[in-house]
Amino acid sequence: MSEQVLNVAPPGAWPRAASVGAWLRRLDVPGLRLRRFGLRRAATPLGILILWQVASSSGILPTRVVPPPLAVLLAARDLLVSGALIHHLSVSLLRVAAGLAIAIVAGATLALAAGLSRLGEDLIDPALQMARTLPFLALVPLFILWFGIGETPKVALVALGATFPIYLNLYAGVRGADPKLVEVATTLGLSRAGLIRHVVLPAALPHFLTGLRYAIGIAWLSLVVGEQINADSGIGYLMMDARDFLRTDIIMVGLAVYALLGLASDQAVRALERKALAWRPPAKVGR
Amino acid sequence: MDGTWDAGAAVTASSGQPAPDTKVRGLVRRFGPTAVLDGLDLDIPAGRFVALLGRSGSGKTTLLRTLAGLDTAEQGEVILPPKRAVVFQEPRLMPWKRVWENVALGLPDHDARDRAEQALREVELAHRMDSWPLTLSGGEAQRAGLARALVRDPDLLLLDEPFAALDALTRLRMQALVIALWKRHGMAALLVTHDVDEALLLADHAVVLQRGQIGLQLPIDLPRPRRHGTPAFAVLRGELLGSLGLTAEEAA
Repeated sequence: MSEQVLNVAPPGAWPRAASVGAWLRRLDVPGLRLRRFGLRRAATPLGILILWQVASSSGILPTRVVPPPLAVLLAARDLLVSGALIHHLSVSLLRVAAGLAIAIVAGATLALAAGLSRLGEDLIDPALQMARTLPFLALVPLFILWFGIGETPKVALVALGATFPIYLNLYAGVRGADPKLVEVATTLGLSRAGLIRHVVLPAALPHFLTGLRYAIGIAWLSLVVGEQINADSGIGYLMMDARDFLRTDIIMVGLAVYALLGLASDQAVRALERKALAWRPPAKVGR
Repeated sequence: MDGTWDAGAAVTASSGQPAPDTKVRGLVRRFGPTAVLDGLDLDIPAGRFVALLGRSGSGKTTLLRTLAGLDTAEQGEVILPPKRAVVFQEPRLMPWKRVWENVALGLPDHDARDRAEQALREVELAHRMDSWPLTLSGGEAQRAGLARALVRDPDLLLLDEPFAALDALTRLRMQALVIALWKRHGMAALLVTHDVDEALLLADHAVVLQRGQIGLQLPIDLPRPRRHGTPAFAVLRGELLGSLGLTAEEAA
């Protein structure tokens, strides 16, 4: 019966609820090591895809509103073959990379200046705390007036949005350095530079990486908004262009690409965390 | 850490051989209206092991922090040997530095690892020198803290209840280790503790802090290694407990 399910069975052949339970339990057989390969975690998304395809094929879901997964896959293949997907993808990636780079430099510089000196705190922190309450996407009209419709407003939007989480987390991390460890540094005769290098910055690193993860999420969000206004390239442009031709399949491809990019960049930061924070013991919760 | 604190009490770190005695004269430290230290005098002769006792809130830790340069007294004079090191109640290791890097922190770079390894060998922790601190047991972490103090070759070792958070067996081993290291290196030591038995097992001299001053100075002339329960031990114990406001029966 499980073979039938995996082979996209017609609706009539679905297993009854009780045997679905038994089937799922069978997925847990230790000898199969399904957990290790992540197959059990993939079961729900795969199931939804299969249901979706079945609903489309049987006419329950109108394909003009929601294209079936297979059609999306075909559209993705066409875009890949024509080179359009790679072109728009690289444009989008470049915008996010440039914006994030600016955000990291600006956010980290401001956070260190505010975190390490009282003067810096008084000059920088109030202004940034006020600015961060502004929904920065509301600046889009102003950015178009200032920067025109080229690359600048898009990169600027990404940079602006991503600066705040970097600043806020790193600033909190610098300020949150354990005073007991600072005392140790004093008794060991460390200079102020030594204190910053050996105590304050390492203590702030986990906070910075948390900020980076938030920043990446916001960077993609800003890009989506930026690319839907006056763009002539990028994944967002691809989607807006497809809307004009009622190509819901291409819109779905764009959505999938955004999702995969977000996932991939989050994984990249997690990998960075594992490497940079190797001193932290592995989490014992949820295993 | 050398030199004079810029405000409050005059603190002098003297240099020159041999290591000078530690002298505290007329030390005053207030927190709000209450004077925690109120004209305190204390001597720690070079090479002597002094235990500082007192009820909680009596200012034991404030006095140690003043000697460590972490607290500034309002008045008084402090003369210190040039090299001091502190072991705190918690190990206070930097979790992002390996054990040997913690021990070597603040040392000149060229032979730091060798010196750290040497110190870790003395506390029987050389096999964990490349470990992360968060993987150490409580006793191991405290031994690493001790190695970090030892590697600086201090003239005065300041111990702020370093055994208080350890289990009973680990505490006994640590106490024996501290005494062995003190004998080998011959530095002066100031042990802040609330444990009368610990003071009697380890120190040459017990002083009790009362109302901001040294209320009792008790030489402990027991032969080493010391044991609980000898008649001489019991007499000294009764005397120390009395000065802390307890009878031996209450403390039993």
